[in-house]
Amino acid sequence: MNSKTSGAKNTETVKRGLAQMLKGGVIMDVVNAEQAKIAEDAGAAAVMALERVPADIRADGGVARMSDPEKILEIQESVTIPVMAKCRIGHFVEAELLQALGVDYVDESEVLTPADEEHHVAKSNFDVPFVCGCRNLGEALRRIGEGAAMMRTKGEAGTGDVVEAVRHMRHVMADVRKLQTMSADERPTFAKEISAPLALVEEVAELGRLPVVNFAAGGVATPADAALMMRLGADGVFVGSGIFKSGDPALRARAVVEATTNFEDPRKIAEVSRNLGEAMVGIANSSLQPEEMLAGRGW
Amino acid sequence: MSALIGVLALQGDFAEHVQVLDAVGGRARQVRDANQLEGLDGLIIPGGESTTIGMLMERYDLDGPIRDLAKHGMPIWGTCAGLILMACDVGRQQPLLELINISVERNAFGRQLESFEVSVDIEGISGGGFPAVFIRAPRVVSVGDDVEVLARLDDGSIVAVRQKNLLGTAFHPELTCDLRLHRYFVGMTEAV
Repeated sequence: MNSKTSGAKNTETVKRGLAQMLKGGVIMDVVNAEQAKIAEDAGAAAVMALERVPADIRADGGVARMSDPEKILEIQESVTIPVMAKCRIGHFVEAELLQALGVDYVDESEVLTPADEEHHVAKSNFDVPFVCGCRNLGEALRRIGEGAAMMRTKGEAGTGDVVEAVRHMRHVMADVRKLQTMSADERPTFAKEISAPLALVEEVAELGRLPVVNFAAGGVATPADAALMMRLGADGVFVGSGIFKSGDPALRARAVVEATTNFEDPRKIAEVSRNLGEAMVGIANSSLQPEEMLAGRGW
Repeated sequence: MSALIGVLALQGDFAEHVQVLDAVGGRARQVRDANQLEGLDGLIIPGGESTTIGMLMERYDLDGPIRDLAKHGMPIWGTCAGLILMACDVGRQQPLLELINISVERNAFGRQLESFEVSVDIEGISGGGFPAVFIRAPRVVSVGDDVEVLARLDDGSIVAVRQKNLLGTAFHPELTCDLRLHRYFVGMTEAV
């Protein structure tokens, strides 16, 4: 009846598996232990430990970097749910630090100022799993090719405007559907067109979806936003500034969690959307200058 | 008619369970409110975050009806977070079903970096070791007299238990292609 304990760690199954456990859930940006506790009590499936939420990064300007390790440790101590943290695109040393701190997932994120404008982190070399942003299927498969074990849309973080997240999710899903209608001999050309590894293109054609979990992120501010992203095919939702930049974070957090679970039930979503207080103020995406858009970071 | 198995679909990897149930020829139904518990032959509580699932279970008044069904002998199987929710004690305050007479330690092996896969021999499952995937997994630290230990790791950690109609595993058979445990559970529903 006894079995080995010395199992294989950090395998693809184990890395992708944690993301599968987060499905149907909400991952919330938090900047301290108090917020992390509020998020956990409201039903968050995980938290993203940050020094500043994207709305503040946008407002403050300057270079946005990995959080102070002290903050991350404080958040890890305060909750039992998984704790994720962000490193800059291409900053493999920040990623190594986060791994050394024992975070459960590293987000190589366009929300921080990129450290490398040409290269992403070689994620397969790490024990810790990575989540990355994408705008379309090609970008998703490039990141998965580098070792990402989970994807999310980039959206446009810190705006409270869901339009870019919708654009990116629709783009990914449309690419997948297009690929499924192709004959085998058309796939290599498609792989070339979207600059994605052919093996992964073949895998998507076979599965009819990405080989890893794909969440929505970037501009989700209301329960209805979260449900919209689920209806478009997201496996779950990241909420950044939308919760702790709103009038009543605890109430809104729980409402977003419930809307994500009941995304196909408008009556329940209407119920949880009542009297939530003020949503984050928000910035309409159409008012942003191209250089103010974060989604263009990475390739 | 094949068994109708509910899969609690509040949060977590319920879709993976539905897929495996399809593969073993069971009928699956996603359960989000108490009405959907009616007419089930069995219920699976999937992997996910036990705090999230527990909170939503109370919010939608699913906990009482599930306890009643368990008492009336309906087979219920919890994987990972599901095992945690079925335990009587997890060493901290959180909503639980308190169905199986066990104490469970959450995140017993550590954070994600300590997650692992290993082959596990399970009592009642023939055909060799089972590919068990442990993700921030719990372990059972004590069991009541009526609880049968089905599997242990080399270090003695209890990772699968059964108490009559109730089954709990600390790992995720739904993440593998091995259908044996789902078949075993469907078998439990047919034996009722």
